[in-house]
Amino acid sequence: MLKYTVRRLLQSLVTLLIVVSAVFLLMRLLPVEGYFGDGYDKLSESQREAVLQKMGLLDPWYVQLGSFYAGLLRGDLGVSTIYRQDVPVLEVVAPRIPYSMRFGLVAIAIALVAGLAMGVSMAKHKGRALDKLWTGYVVFVSAVPLAVYLLFIQLYVTELFGLPLLFDKYRPSSWILPALSMSLGSIAGYAMWMRRYMVDELNKDYIRLAMAKGLPRSAIMVRHVMRNAYVPMAQYLPASILMTISGSIYIESLYSIPGMGGLLVDVIQRQDNPMVQGLVLIFSSIGIVGLFLGDLLMALFDPRIKLAKSEASR
Amino acid sequence: MMRDRMSAGPMSPEAIRAAADGLDASLFEPAEFDASSGERGGYSNYSYWRSTARGFIKNRVALVFLALLVTLLVFTFVQPLLPGQKSPTKIHIDPATGMQYRNVEPGAEFWFGTNTIGQDLWSRIWSGTRTSLLIGLIVGAVEMVVGIAFGAVWGYVRRLDGVITELYNVLNNIPTTIVLMLLSYILRPSFRTMVIAMCATGWLGLARFVRNQIVIIRDREYNLASRCLGTPTRRIIFKNLLPYLVSVIMLQTALSIPGTIGWEVFLTYIGLGLPVSIPSLGNLVNEGRQIMMSPELRYQLLFPTVVLSMITISFYVLGNAFSDASDPRNHV
Repeated sequence: MLKYTVRRLLQSLVTLLIVVSAVFLLMRLLPVEGYFGDGYDKLSESQREAVLQKMGLLDPWYVQLGSFYAGLLRGDLGVSTIYRQDVPVLEVVAPRIPYSMRFGLVAIAIALVAGLAMGVSMAKHKGRALDKLWTGYVVFVSAVPLAVYLLFIQLYVTELFGLPLLFDKYRPSSWILPALSMSLGSIAGYAMWMRRYMVDELNKDYIRLAMAKGLPRSAIMVRHVMRNAYVPMAQYLPASILMTISGSIYIESLYSIPGMGGLLVDVIQRQDNPMVQGLVLIFSSIGIVGLFLGDLLMALFDPRIKLAKSEASR
Repeated sequence: MMRDRMSAGPMSPEAIRAAADGLDASLFEPAEFDASSGERGGYSNYSYWRSTARGFIKNRVALVFLALLVTLLVFTFVQPLLPGQKSPTKIHIDPATGMQYRNVEPGAEFWFGTNTIGQDLWSRIWSGTRTSLLIGLIVGAVEMVVGIAFGAVWGYVRRLDGVITELYNVLNNIPTTIVLMLLSYILRPSFRTMVIAMCATGWLGLARFVRNQIVIIRDREYNLASRCLGTPTRRIIFKNLLPYLVSVIMLQTALSIPGTIGWEVFLTYIGLGLPVSIPSLGNLVNEGRQIMMSPELRYQLLFPTVVLSMITISFYVLGNAFSDASDPRNHV
């Protein structure tokens, strides 16, 4: 277990290093106008040079990368240029982290419970109406773009149930729809994995033996089938984490949740380069850390996974 | 006893004959590849594609969606040639008042109504579908080629397996959304940017699936047997490997088209989509979204999304149905 953890941690660190360097270097390809804010036209050529010099943007790329890493170690992600001029990126982002985290974790939890329950009920009613209904749901959610069906949920479900259209941190009812919306895609994923797993498992010989012994169906389910159900969970958890991150960017913006996803959309529209860079780095790190924790959690639950090398088979 | 003989040097032909108990020595010669005996094992008249077609026809739901999709696709590309169609970008002006036909409700003149600046929604939807499908088809084709090539190398060349797997782990750790947003942000929004960004992210999944399939079937006994019998590599690839890959390749490619359309809508929403002058499904949904708060204008959101959903659902269902039908394990 320790060996696996260390190996996996090293892998995550290398990934993080590559991603941070790649993002930083890619951002250097952008035209420098993005670093001036509104005052670009008012400055003379030499004043622009001076600003760029001060920001270190005229240095060769490896010097820039070096000082960027030095800044990172001090917890410095640069300063915003347009969104909130001259305020450090981290200071802008920090108050928004709790919202994103809370929504993301709640959404993953909802998806896990609802998705597995849906998968079990599909397998139980295989080929009958309920199975077909949920299959329809899975097909719909997987085929229709999230950017489309979430829009309709916001538009019509709020009207139907009298829920607030936009997020308001003082109204608990405004939490419901965004959290549910974030979990819809993952629910479908879990349900599919779980259904496939259950159908395969119920056809196996040891289940037939248990039935022949006269064990009640519920006992077979609880004692045999469900005990191994973390296999489909483990297989889908990473994808579910990434999907929640992706969804949160759109959903936070849609419901005006003051989280990081909405902020990323804002700063992209306003072309605030340091903010975009900082947020992209934060989101990639969350993805890497999330997958690391997810793999670790699954290895804890299921000792077979580390033998099967989950990272290669995923 | 064996060792005694071995140490005594090469066996004489008599000794071999004695040890073989009168067996025919020619049985121990390496076999020559013989195409006609290659067919002997198979039963009467199995044809991969005929079996696939038979499996597909049995799936009633898939046939309905096939009809729907073919109709939609044909109509999308034929529509501009039909008589009486309006230009998708022309702003229509009321000759009586000299004002633009803004937000005209669906009717005889404008079948799907007009948008906020007086453009014909009907022709915009089909023009937008053409744009989005074009992106989808280009990206799908590139993904297919790159994914198969990369996946084949990854699965076949054992020495590269470790390196590529590590590389895959790095790439797979970053949310696709973030990569897409970053690439579209750095390259200025345009048709080309969108295609490049989506091609850059999409092939990874297919490569992984192809690699896994190849690793699984590469060393199966029947492949080993084929190699021992001197079957040409070409025949091994086409008869032994490819039928198992067709299913997975077609599924991934079919799913990449609804995926591409979805990304286009998403990128347009955050302001990194195609220029507004080009009608596309993303631009139409986005225009519809901006006015969705007035119930009487919602048709401008409804019509594009209905067409979009029909296309994406058809591709999804058909991809899955075809993948089931083309999987040789499901053939009788």
